[in-house]
Amino acid sequence: MAFTLYSLIQTAILCINAIAVLHEERFLSKFGFGVEQGVGGFGDDPGVKAQVLSLIRSVRTVMRVPLILVNSASIVLLLLFG
Amino acid sequence: MDYTPTQSGFRQQPNMRQRNSSADGLEGSQLFEDTSGAAHGLQTGNQQAGPQAAGFTGQSILSDPMSNLAMAYGSSLASQGREMVDKNLDRFIPISKMKYYFAVDTVYVGKKLGLLVFPYMHENWEVRYQQDTPVAPRFDVNAPDLYIPAMGFITYVLVAGLALGTQNRFSPELLGVQASSAFVWLIMEVLAVLLSLYLVTANTDLTTIDLLAFSGYKYVGMIIGVVAGLLFGRPAYYLSLLWCCAAIFVFMIRTLRLKLLSDAAAEGRLVRGTRNQLRMYLTMSIAAAQPIFMYWLTYHLIR
Repeated sequence: MAFTLYSLIQTAILCINAIAVLHEERFLSKFGFGVEQGVGGFGDDPGVKAQVLSLIRSVRTVMRVPLILVNSASIVLLLLFG
Repeated sequence: MDYTPTQSGFRQQPNMRQRNSSADGLEGSQLFEDTSGAAHGLQTGNQQAGPQAAGFTGQSILSDPMSNLAMAYGSSLASQGREMVDKNLDRFIPISKMKYYFAVDTVYVGKKLGLLVFPYMHENWEVRYQQDTPVAPRFDVNAPDLYIPAMGFITYVLVAGLALGTQNRFSPELLGVQASSAFVWLIMEVLAVLLSLYLVTANTDLTTIDLLAFSGYKYVGMIIGVVAGLLFGRPAYYLSLLWCCAAIFVFMIRTLRLKLLSDAAAEGRLVRGTRNQLRMYLTMSIAAAQPIFMYWLTYHLIR
């Protein structure tokens, strides 16, 4: 129960890492989230699956470089301060 | 006299240095004697006038051009810094938008608190608009505000400290722990609601601050529950918490129904379609999460 803001940051980093490592070909295709079934529908109802797909893709695109930096920083900090 | 405290500080430094260089190598008592007399009298006068200062237009008793220059430079630096802070702060926290949420008065707060505890008689839940912008909370009891959630959060932390104190489990760090953990739960709840709103593609005009306000309304019920539990024991805690949970549930459903669902579904007619069904489930789950959080954040306070 004793949550601190630091644990919130840790949770956020871990979750974004988890979303970023989902590989399209090896893993997501098996669930029907593959590249071929793109966001074809331009109607006003993309549906939950298309939204999840676009969320994963956008997280991967946007957060790739910042994640590298943040992960390296946290590795260094954890090595230094435990 | 309109001197600011900084001016007396600025003024002191060059004079002290001049006096130090002239009386080099002497003991400390010499310095004390040096600052007495003329400079000391002026110094106390300035320090008395400092707190009463209104601006920079002061009589220049001192004719030290260095300190004048320093004062002018310091004031320009301060105003520059303030401009920069204002500009950057406005980029992260929209200050002007926040002012809308704090435009409340006593009548509104009273009515809203009554509505949070007893929402069953209220008829019209729509927010009134005035030329495309929602009316300020002062004029419409349905509008969300941030005053009640903010005050409720602070009161919850204090009441939690009180409750822990009656059980001899109190220590000052626990206040900070309670505050930060409640804050973290609040942030996680708002993020979860935002994520689910994104996934369901609900085109609403609910802003993040609105969601923060709605999630903060449950602190009122929690405070009532904990206070009742402190005063009258565990059965009173459970009863009042049950009442407040039901009230918050109905309040959230009635408020979110108008914002999330389409117009037809909001009026109560059954509209088929997966989209409306999803939105209905979303409304229900947001409203059902409130009692869960209310119980989760208070049960450890009443033992």
